[in-house]
Amino acid sequence: MSVVIIDYKGGNVQSVKFALERLGVEATLTADAETIRAADKIIFPGEGEASSAMQELRARGLDKVIPELTQPFLGICLGIQLLCRHSEENDTEMLDIIPVNVKKFQHHLKVPHMGWNNLYNLQGALFEGVKEQDYVYFVHSYYLPVCEYTIATAAYPEPFSAAVQYKNFYAMQFHTEKSGPTGTRIIQNFLSL
Amino acid sequence: MLTKRIIPCLDIKNGRTVKGIRFENIRDAGDPVALAAEYARQGADELVFLDITATNEERKTFAQLVRDIARHIDIPFTVGGGIAAISDVEVLLHEGADKVSINSAAIKEPQLVYDLAKRFGSQCITVAIDTKFTAAGWKVFSRAGTVETEHYTLDWAKQITDLGAGEILLTSMSHDGTKDGFALDITGDVSRGVSIPVIASGGAGKMDHFADVFNQANADAALAASIFHFGEVPIPDLKAYLANQQLPIRLCY
Repeated sequence: MSVVIIDYKGGNVQSVKFALERLGVEATLTADAETIRAADKIIFPGEGEASSAMQELRARGLDKVIPELTQPFLGICLGIQLLCRHSEENDTEMLDIIPVNVKKFQHHLKVPHMGWNNLYNLQGALFEGVKEQDYVYFVHSYYLPVCEYTIATAAYPEPFSAAVQYKNFYAMQFHTEKSGPTGTRIIQNFLSL
Repeated sequence: MLTKRIIPCLDIKNGRTVKGIRFENIRDAGDPVALAAEYARQGADELVFLDITATNEERKTFAQLVRDIARHIDIPFTVGGGIAAISDVEVLLHEGADKVSINSAAIKEPQLVYDLAKRFGSQCITVAIDTKFTAAGWKVFSRAGTVETEHYTLDWAKQITDLGAGEILLTSMSHDGTKDGFALDITGDVSRGVSIPVIASGGAGKMDHFADVFNQANADAALAASIFHFGEVPIPDLKAYLANQQLPIRLCY
């Protein structure tokens, strides 16, 4: 099985690579369109600010490549937001794969939402072996509202999408690669899709 | 519900932990990776590694260690100590650190906080503040607490928040090492005065102290070193105790 991690200067690629290594999977870091198209599984990490990440994706032509992919695809953290239509973060047009808009947390609680929080309403194969209320690690200031593509929720304080699925595109708001055994299980489940 | 974080801090010199650590089930108590794995297993929510080396050669060792930690540990970790430039941060994040902590460099050049947040995102920029209660009130100290700055602690905390810091690690030098409890007043003032998470540090001696800093000072996380290293407060016991006090705590077994 060939696993590719999309490397576009967009964040914690190394941590994701190490998480896969711990599962015995040697992943390729690349921004090359052909290598990405040929992979069995694709992981799309992301960290940082939305408009600069989109700029990096466009500079590599990945904004055209990613929407056309048909194999199982896993977006992580900013990776989930980049798949959406638009983000309130610097009013950025995103990849527009999942027809959802990304909002900023507007409440009295601390932002970023940083730390371990519970997962609820788990749906689908990615969460096999994961229990309701299991903890995963979040760090983000923007979020996807709960929508028809939501396959897990978390609350801060209102429910938002902790994970979504749209066709072959799966995506997690939390850091799957930094969420202890629960995160590892989710990555394993993704690799088994 | 978002949980309160418990964070052990490890001091690193030339790639090894220092200050002495006693864990019965670890053969080499100086090995930071083995210790980090043990803390993760015990339920630590995050880890902080502080580089207390002085030479450039030792700094390279630290970068290699960061890679080694990232390779083996599946919880988030922050690295700090002597970070002075964008290029330092670039190396450490590239090796797999989740966050970096800057202190004296932010005081010397506050613009650095803005530049780092813009370049890498606020979420990975922790600003550490060493504070001491003086005749003039709570003041910020730099250079490992040796130099008193012009900054008042709450004002400085607000300033770095506005510059884009993602989190504050607030250490009370007046409490550090006393084991008499965290600085509840200044921690509360800072935590309520800024919109970003605050990690309380300095003074932890027993389990009550953690409950106090979460309940009375609104801290988002609490950091300690020796009481964890010497098993005086085992992390699983601490977390069970805090959960019993109705605090939101991640129990992982």
